[in-house]
Amino acid sequence: MSDTLSKIEKRTAYILILPAVFLVFSIILFPIFANVWISFKEVGLKDIRIPEPRAKKIVKSIKDNPDQLKVIYKLRNSSLILEIRDVKFQDKLPKNIKPINLDERCRVKSNKIYCEFGNWEAKYKENFQILLKSSDGKELNKKELKTIKPKLTGKSDNILLNTNFTLKNFKKVFFQNEFFELLSTTFYYTFFGTIGSIVFGILTAQLVNQKFFGRTFMRSVLLFPYVGPVVALAYTWELLLDPYSGTLNNLLMNFQVIQEPLNLLGQKYLTVNFFGFDLKLRLALTTVIIFEIWRYFPLAFLFILARLQAVPKELYEAAEVDGAGPLQKFINITLPQITAVISILFMIRFIWNFNKFEDIFLLTGGASGTRTLPINVYEQGFTISDIGMGSAVSIVIVALLLIFMFIYFKLIGKRADEN
Amino acid sequence: MKTKSLIYYALISSIFLFSLVSIWKILATLQGIELKNFNFAIIITLGIAISLLNTLIGDKLNYIIKSTFFALIFTFIDGYIVQLMPVWYNIGIFGILIFFSLKINKYNQKYLATEHSSQIVVFDFLTLFGIVLFSFVILFPFYMMLITSFKTQAALLINPLDFSINFNQDFKVLFKSYFVIFDTYKFGRYILISTFVSVGTVIVTLLFAIPAAYAVARLNFFGKNFLSTSILIIYMFPAIVLVIPLYTVFSQLGLRNSVGGLLIVYTATTLPVAIYMLQGYFRSIPKELEEAAIMDKLNWFGIIIKIILPLSIPAISSVALYVFMIAWNEFLFSLMFLDNPNSFTLSRAIQYLSGDAETPRQYLMAGSVVVTIPVLLIFVYFEKYLVSGLTAGSVKG
Repeated sequence: MSDTLSKIEKRTAYILILPAVFLVFSIILFPIFANVWISFKEVGLKDIRIPEPRAKKIVKSIKDNPDQLKVIYKLRNSSLILEIRDVKFQDKLPKNIKPINLDERCRVKSNKIYCEFGNWEAKYKENFQILLKSSDGKELNKKELKTIKPKLTGKSDNILLNTNFTLKNFKKVFFQNEFFELLSTTFYYTFFGTIGSIVFGILTAQLVNQKFFGRTFMRSVLLFPYVGPVVALAYTWELLLDPYSGTLNNLLMNFQVIQEPLNLLGQKYLTVNFFGFDLKLRLALTTVIIFEIWRYFPLAFLFILARLQAVPKELYEAAEVDGAGPLQKFINITLPQITAVISILFMIRFIWNFNKFEDIFLLTGGASGTRTLPINVYEQGFTISDIGMGSAVSIVIVALLLIFMFIYFKLIGKRADEN
Repeated sequence: MKTKSLIYYALISSIFLFSLVSIWKILATLQGIELKNFNFAIIITLGIAISLLNTLIGDKLNYIIKSTFFALIFTFIDGYIVQLMPVWYNIGIFGILIFFSLKINKYNQKYLATEHSSQIVVFDFLTLFGIVLFSFVILFPFYMMLITSFKTQAALLINPLDFSINFNQDFKVLFKSYFVIFDTYKFGRYILISTFVSVGTVIVTLLFAIPAAYAVARLNFFGKNFLSTSILIIYMFPAIVLVIPLYTVFSQLGLRNSVGGLLIVYTATTLPVAIYMLQGYFRSIPKELEEAAIMDKLNWFGIIIKIILPLSIPAISSVALYVFMIAWNEFLFSLMFLDNPNSFTLSRAIQYLSGDAETPRQYLMAGSVVVTIPVLLIFVYFEKYLVSGLTAGSVKG
């Protein structure tokens, strides 16, 4: 009895999860594996269009002969590179119409024209003509003829499905792509973005965890950058930071903080004189990191605030009795309570920042020293139109991610054992 | 002990006052007032003087009289002796000073003599300072976005610091950018498409996620643990590594440039987090209810519809709102998949607008306002639901 019940339970469970698993598998897991496949191929953006036989139908009346019509099909191979084999053509005719002098590649069978055009090489073009005649003397209906669309089929090689593999893409990724520059930029961006958002998250959570007038309002406001659409926010910042007509530069110049406008998003290095040393600061990268912190510290804020609100009040009261000041309370009670949440946050934000694409893409497009790995995926795949290279860079990203996750789970697992 | 506290208190409070006054000055500058200097030295000196006087006077004067007195002195010196300023600016300064004096009222001699008082004073003012600064830094871009959408190209170029809006002009002139983006750039259509995609994503995601979450939460089956851990790992995988294969496959299947294709991708990317959030909630529903239902010979479908759904309305609405916001804000896939202006979503349309260097920026900002307002409204209105959802599932971003 219970055996059958558990069987039913199992079957129900599989039925319930199957749709979700199938969808996630085909849209998330399959592409990750497909990346591996594509990254070993030489594929350009133009190669991925499957060659299609196409026909444009034009119907013309013939002068002095009202009971005849001429139909011209402009046939072509849509691909500029690949041939199409065994092209088959099929078109329907209205009932009272018969073709005359039909091309020898074609035959008529119960109101349908079937043609076999054989192989079309790349760029193939032909104007194919059929003369039509009314079989019962009635006037021919041009409109009806026009609305029927011909069907064409053909076989072609799909460049993605053949088995020619090459290591070229990976060679290019590591040796011709300024790979270490890319990697270091990505790490700068990720590391400082993550640390910054966590630090500001701690500060703001500490802030909102106290009682003051307008506290709920403050909590909403702090989350605005996080919930706002990235497109709107990025363009607003771009406008704000514009060197000539941007508000920030004009304000700073108005209050004589700076003498000349700073091109915060378009300048790679800024030389700062620091106690006689000339320091080169990555200006655009810093700006992008600041945007990143501004946009994502709310996540850290939310997590840490939720944790802080769960800290028992007695701990603080006891500390007060023992004569601890605010600073000691923060270091000895608050910090130990939030370390677990911080380590989770660090992991989440690190991985997401590592993959951040939209923010940099919208702010700088990857120019002036802000080219990170995700930006490079886009550039290779769609700007340079080298799909294979784009995939190869994606694979590098996935490999690095797996390494991070492995390290992280090792560390977390260790800590869990210790406790 | 006491002197140390006094010095800390005087310094930090005057720095706080300086930051308040400076923000007011920035806002005043943006309304067209000529201000070239923050007058750091003067403001700090005045602040220290007021703080010290406050401690000196203590409770000998009624706090309202004391505050008004301080505010009047400061406003007179700053708005009349240092620089001549219009009345509204001085009223603002007066208000700030009243606020400031009320805040420092409690720091009398007795208070500053207590243990840890120097630390407490610093913490108090850092909190105030943080509230003011964070609100300003966060709200300013939103403020700028809104204002810019009401300006004209010429006005923006002549004086980028002029944020004042002339409300006396004709309604049609004031809202010109909005009329233009709806008439010329078809933003009405994009709003419809964005709404359709987002609402569609919510519905399909819930249809897929509720049964799956129920199975993970309640039923025993082979591979359950594997599934629930892999949900989280899959969630970590970034959109950017999916883009190229999806682009190629969708191109070949003819799904690119279609709203349906976008819907599938959005659903798949939000499913893991939706399942994760829902199963957490389903676990908290008492099992006895379902056991009673099994006695009544309800099947699993009946249990989900009749028992689980009515009990988890809050969780489901929080997931729904949350998925809606992800889909509404999504940019990467809409950039990759859509290149026909007839099927753009709002985000993609704004990006497309900005691609043309000739597009006046006030149109861009009007578009940004249009795409931002719905999410912010939803967020503010349903904040309670969303915040619990955010912390439970942690938004993708």
